[in-house]
Amino acid sequence: MPDTRHQPPTTERGTTRVVLTLTALAFLTVCLILPLAAVFTEAFRNGVDAYMDAFREPDAQAAIRLTLTVAAIAVPLNLVFGVAASWAVAKFEFRGKSLLITLIDLPFSVSPVVSGLVYVLLFGAQGLLGPWLAAHNIQIIFALPGIVLATVFVTFPFVARELIPLMQDQGTGDEEAALTLGASGFKTFWTVTLPNIRWALLYGVLLCNARAMGEFGAVAVVSGHIRGETNTMPLHVEILYNEYNFVAAFAVASLLALLALVTLAAKSLLEWRYGDAIAGRAGH
Amino acid sequence: MADSSRQRRRNAIPGFGLTMGYTLTYLGLIVLIPLGALILRASTLGMAGLWEILADPRVLAALRISFGLSFAAALLDAVFGLLVAWVLVRYAFPGRRFIDAMVDLPFALPTAVAGISLAAIYAPNGWLGAPLESLGIKVAYTPLGIFIALVFVGIPFAVRTVEPLIAEIDRETEEASATLGASRGQTVWRVVLPPLMPAMLTGFALAFARAVGEYGSVIFIAGNLPYLSEIAPVLIVIRLEEFDYAGATGIAVIMLAISFAALLAINLIQAWSRRRFGYA
Repeated sequence: MPDTRHQPPTTERGTTRVVLTLTALAFLTVCLILPLAAVFTEAFRNGVDAYMDAFREPDAQAAIRLTLTVAAIAVPLNLVFGVAASWAVAKFEFRGKSLLITLIDLPFSVSPVVSGLVYVLLFGAQGLLGPWLAAHNIQIIFALPGIVLATVFVTFPFVARELIPLMQDQGTGDEEAALTLGASGFKTFWTVTLPNIRWALLYGVLLCNARAMGEFGAVAVVSGHIRGETNTMPLHVEILYNEYNFVAAFAVASLLALLALVTLAAKSLLEWRYGDAIAGRAGH
Repeated sequence: MADSSRQRRRNAIPGFGLTMGYTLTYLGLIVLIPLGALILRASTLGMAGLWEILADPRVLAALRISFGLSFAAALLDAVFGLLVAWVLVRYAFPGRRFIDAMVDLPFALPTAVAGISLAAIYAPNGWLGAPLESLGIKVAYTPLGIFIALVFVGIPFAVRTVEPLIAEIDRETEEASATLGASRGQTVWRVVLPPLMPAMLTGFALAFARAVGEYGSVIFIAGNLPYLSEIAPVLIVIRLEEFDYAGATGIAVIMLAISFAALLAINLIQAWSRRRFGYA
């Protein structure tokens, strides 16, 4: 509310505030809200029946199944790694700790396309292990293992980077108390540490899962785009779009957009209810 | 902070061997060995071979487009990121919490979804493409389209790095500045903004690093015309499809080197900021 009689010295004039707020909102509307709205508008352009048709197609169902399978393997793998890594980093002192944290964060700064490429160079037909794999009839690239590996790579740091700063802040006092009272190491972790980190853990898993289901570049490189076999949902969206089947492309895309919205809502709720129990912010 | 006390008691906690061993094994298998394979492959090319790949005008054009547009997009993100963070922290307006949550949309929305959506909006018959076309501005299949997609992916980095710092600003310094006769503009320019600069730089560097490697949200709107709107990641994929592993590896190694330089720059900025302002 603009107040002309009294001007507090630590804020801007009413009109300045309105102009700044409207500029920021206009920027975010054009950049964020519009693309989100376009996904659902395009998906329902020809009505609900045309929308549902996109999911009756066997290729679409295969893509959804594959995406769920990949996430069901990749997310638990990175969950276990994240807990192990944060335990080692936060509860102990050792040389090279900051180097280890940097290495854990490394996949974030690698282009998704390069993330896929490294596995092609390792396991592809012309790759380092390619001839050996071919001789033993093991297929990694253009098959499920390659897609899982690429997904694990791009989502590698998500859980660990939420847990490490939090567990460093919490120190080792609680665990020492439990150990002194005679609890085993595993019981200490299960009954003392885990309750302390559960919300941050859930937060990291949510973000990890969203990225695992939505990853495109890395998976595109290793998948081979075999319809009904190695196409995840984002790859299926790409193929439909390139075939000018826009309604179906946006229908499948709308499912992924819905996943993004649910993730954002859950993330905001966690930050709002359990902000102190997550507190990953300071550690970036 | 608690380093000395932790040091004394470190032996009390079990599981170091197990968790550390698992961490290093997993890190090695998933990240380090595959990246090592890339470096090994690049080293067989030799400097001459790498130089030959770089000297290809199409590769040079793709790198120039990727890095030039990423720089411009990150710059715009840094400016608007500051504005958005300021408005979100300092002003109250209806829907503030919703807008704050939406800032993370580019993190959560799969890149392919963002890509086809932006392509639809800026197509010649799209919501924004049509009015822009009547003004004579073409977005789809031009560098401008790539720029818009890169701005999209960088927004959360730019906002989230400065937002917590604005929230922590001590209002008393602003009061002191005003008491001493500074106008509001002078206070903002001379007292409020300088300590925010390192965070803005970090946000810029993160947005830049993300934009350089971006693939999914760009390819649909870019049109991928060689020399005009073909980014480096697209050229890597094309080289792979041609089974030109050496060509793909060469471009990838150059991109990795520049991303690591960006990462190093972020660390240096944060170290400098800790010395200068007492926080990162």
